[in-house]
Amino acid sequence: MTNSINELESDAKCIFLIGTNTTENHPVIGYKIRQNVLKNGAKLIVADPRKIELAELADVYIPFKPGTDVALFNGMMNVIINEGLADSKFIENRTEGYEAMAEIVAKYPPEVAAEICGVDAEDIIKAARLYAESEASSVCYAMGLTQHSTGTDNVKSCCNLALLTGNLGKPGTGVNPLRGQNNVQGACDMGALPVVFTAYQNVTNDEARAKFEKAWGVTLSGINGLTLTKTINKAYEGEIKGLIVIGENPMVSDPDLHHVEEALEKLDLLLVQDIFLTETAKKADIVLPGVSFAEKDGTFSNTERRVQRVRKAISNVGDARQDWEILCDLSTRLGYPMSYNTPEEIFEEIRTLTPSYAGISYARLEGEGLPWPCPTEDHPGTPILHKEKFNRGLGLFHAIEYIEPAELPDDEYPIILTTGRSLYHYHTGTMTRKASGLDEFMPSNVVQISSPLAKANNIVDGEKIRVTTRRGSIELEAEVIDGIRENVIFTYFHFAETAANYLTNASVLDPVAGIPEYKVSAARIEKI
Amino acid sequence: MDIKLTIDGKEVVVPQGTMLIDACRQAGADIPTFCYDPDLKLAGSCRMCVVQPKGWRNLVASCVTPAQNGMVIETDSPDVIESRKVVLELMLSRHKLTCHTCEKDGECNLQDYCYRYGVTESRFDGKVHNLFKDDSNPFIERDYDKCIMCTRCVRACDEITGARAINIMDRGHHAKISTAFDGELVDSPCVFCGQCIMVCPVGALTSKIAAGKGKAAQNDKVLTTCTYCGTGCTLELNVKNDKIVGVTSNRDPELSPVNRGALCVKGRFGWDFVNSPERLTTPLIKENGEFREASWDEALGLAAEKIKGIKEQYGPDSLSMFSSARITNEENYLAQKLMRAAIGSNNVDHCARL
Ligand code: SF4
Ligand code: SF4
Ligand code: SF4
Ligand code: FES
Repeated sequence: MTNSINELESDAKCIFLIGTNTTENHPVIGYKIRQNVLKNGAKLIVADPRKIELAELADVYIPFKPGTDVALFNGMMNVIINEGLADSKFIENRTEGYEAMAEIVAKYPPEVAAEICGVDAEDIIKAARLYAESEASSVCYAMGLTQHSTGTDNVKSCCNLALLTGNLGKPGTGVNPLRGQNNVQGACDMGALPVVFTAYQNVTNDEARAKFEKAWGVTLSGINGLTLTKTINKAYEGEIKGLIVIGENPMVSDPDLHHVEEALEKLDLLLVQDIFLTETAKKADIVLPGVSFAEKDGTFSNTERRVQRVRKAISNVGDARQDWEILCDLSTRLGYPMSYNTPEEIFEEIRTLTPSYAGISYARLEGEGLPWPCPTEDHPGTPILHKEKFNRGLGLFHAIEYIEPAELPDDEYPIILTTGRSLYHYHTGTMTRKASGLDEFMPSNVVQISSPLAKANNIVDGEKIRVTTRRGSIELEAEVIDGIRENVIFTYFHFAETAANYLTNASVLDPVAGIPEYKVSAARIEKI
Repeated sequence: MDIKLTIDGKEVVVPQGTMLIDACRQAGADIPTFCYDPDLKLAGSCRMCVVQPKGWRNLVASCVTPAQNGMVIETDSPDVIESRKVVLELMLSRHKLTCHTCEKDGECNLQDYCYRYGVTESRFDGKVHNLFKDDSNPFIERDYDKCIMCTRCVRACDEITGARAINIMDRGHHAKISTAFDGELVDSPCVFCGQCIMVCPVGALTSKIAAGKGKAAQNDKVLTTCTYCGTGCTLELNVKNDKIVGVTSNRDPELSPVNRGALCVKGRFGWDFVNSPERLTTPLIKENGEFREASWDEALGLAAEKIKGIKEQYGPDSLSMFSSARITNEENYLAQKLMRAAIGSNNVDHCARL
């Protein structure tokens, strides 16, 4: 997030949610948004193919077609430019690339955008005005915006909108991705990415590499690595021979699970480090038991970049070991000795190599934690990014045309399947399905379908139906609801036995981010 | 503008608009409360917080009475004490006193105040109502025979979570807390956040997941960060005999900066996977398609040998690693360091996109 979570409760005067079912996936952020609307009268715009809980409170609800995000943004920007609602001073002083963007946006009057998105032009106009005219507008998104073959374009469009109206660098504004997992921000910050070391220092950059080579006392590869989805594909093709998986479960979380399964079976070595025998661990050659958050010391970085302490409450379960100790031992056996006494010692090393964390220490994290960048020990942390300038200097507009999703409905697969999460479960269910209350409350998966679609297929609520895509089929209980686009069905991906990712597409990825198009698969449904 | 008043003989200066309760607390007085909650709208209903302004005919509820310049307040006069005792006795008259088996034992306001004012029984003839108790949800136990009608749960549900699942039903002696049609929480807009449990001053609302595992007052509490979504809520792990027995939250914004005590159902009730018998407790090696237990030395030795073999035969880029969005920063750092420095490849990623 460019801004902090608590600004959504007080400072934001208008909140635009697109592709985030906030009350289910970031519930506490959802509460704050709701309170801001109810108590302070903040305006709320919700764009989502499903009528999510917060849509009930929205001033404008836009039930747009999955995958038409760019058209929606361009439509809104078209209105903002034509009605003179753009922040010309901000554009003038802080941005570049406006003309090229405006030229494309001119092709998307609200009527055209509305046609593409399958919504009312009036709603696009209303949303554009609310967002542009409010004193401080914040746009929040999650995987609903990013899990598309055009995910990167979608995010850039979102930035365009904020730049166009000067909604950056001030309290209550910002472009705010709500990140799904407890430490997904931290994993990225720490360089658990194929192209960067910590703090996004490129592995192809000689200077960065020299710095890490010196600190680590080895020669490092300057070739970008493989993303997760590409690793699976390369394993399938036999080029990746060994895979180490730590606390991940690609056998449920990755697209096209039949493909994943075959890929993992081809490996010479699958080494899994986890706290449970996950679906992936079952495929492993060697399984190493790590420990849960309750058993460890360390830090997590949340979606607003706040680094916070994790504190050990109990001893390791059984003969399980601290994950950092396992890594040290393995590395040492590989001929690269690593030895630390505590996680704090590791953090001290991180600080020396990671400019945005340099000023953070465990001592400073007692209490409120610190949002990075925090370059020095006397720096207070940075709750709001881009206050005076952007990282690159001027904010860059991108001229972006709408591109259709890769897999559109056709005669054989006439429906759009989209996937997501429930309030009651987390990711692949490794933890939540072993939490007694959550498992009892929501023991199995459902597929949500609109009443007209159910009627047309002669399906009643609670009935088991088969959902099929080009990758496979699963059988699920139908939940007939009103708040979903007629031609769209939705299912959760938490459940291994009815894993939504047997249906999703691994062959089209966003060309830049490599993200799979989880939000749009062509599907058909049948009675069983 | 500041005003000056005298509390228990002590002079205090407070900004105009300050409530008496805050002025009294500033003067060091320990004011007992039930319905008062600094984060919620004022109810002013329980009258436990009464104090005596000199020269006034009646005692006043300090949580809803603004301080005035020149006031002289007594917080512990015989009248104040008598009045608080009556409040307690009225509550006791309809409270199912089962402290010995109550989860709240040791941190219950009713228990503490009865102790403080020596209230052992009630001179009022109330009866325990046997109010609705059954609830099919797996998270929250509602025992309204212990409810003292402070309405904090109703306000928390509305003002923190915004679910508006519960409200006050009926008035007067029959008043009680219930969902819209006096039904179960599962049929209401309840999202099982447990904010109602967090604010309940007595044992009327408790966690079913933690029930019987250890009274919260006797547990050690370790402040940590939630393991689920990216919001990064602070929570307190309750520990007894080296086991996680519950989750509570801390409302101090200095300690709980993001969520200020509020949690969701996963954070508050989704912790018992830690104790699952299915946890992996020893390394495993697969032989002929079956896992067998192995020592660390054997498992790590074999892993290292295989990795080295692959690296020698096919080069470092034939190996890859999925690190994790669930492990700590320190562990992610070491994971990528191992991949880059020990193995020599940049093939490291995690499920950021999934
Ligand atoms: S659990 Fe949350 S939503 Fe349900 S009644 Fe309590 S406060 Fe309200
Ligand atoms: S259930 Fe607890 S919080 Fe709610 S009114 Fe009764 S005593 Fe107060
Ligand atoms: S308590 Fe809920 S909202 Fe808070 S971090 Fe945990 S999962 Fe997210
Ligand atoms: S605490 Fe003041 S009236 Fe209840």
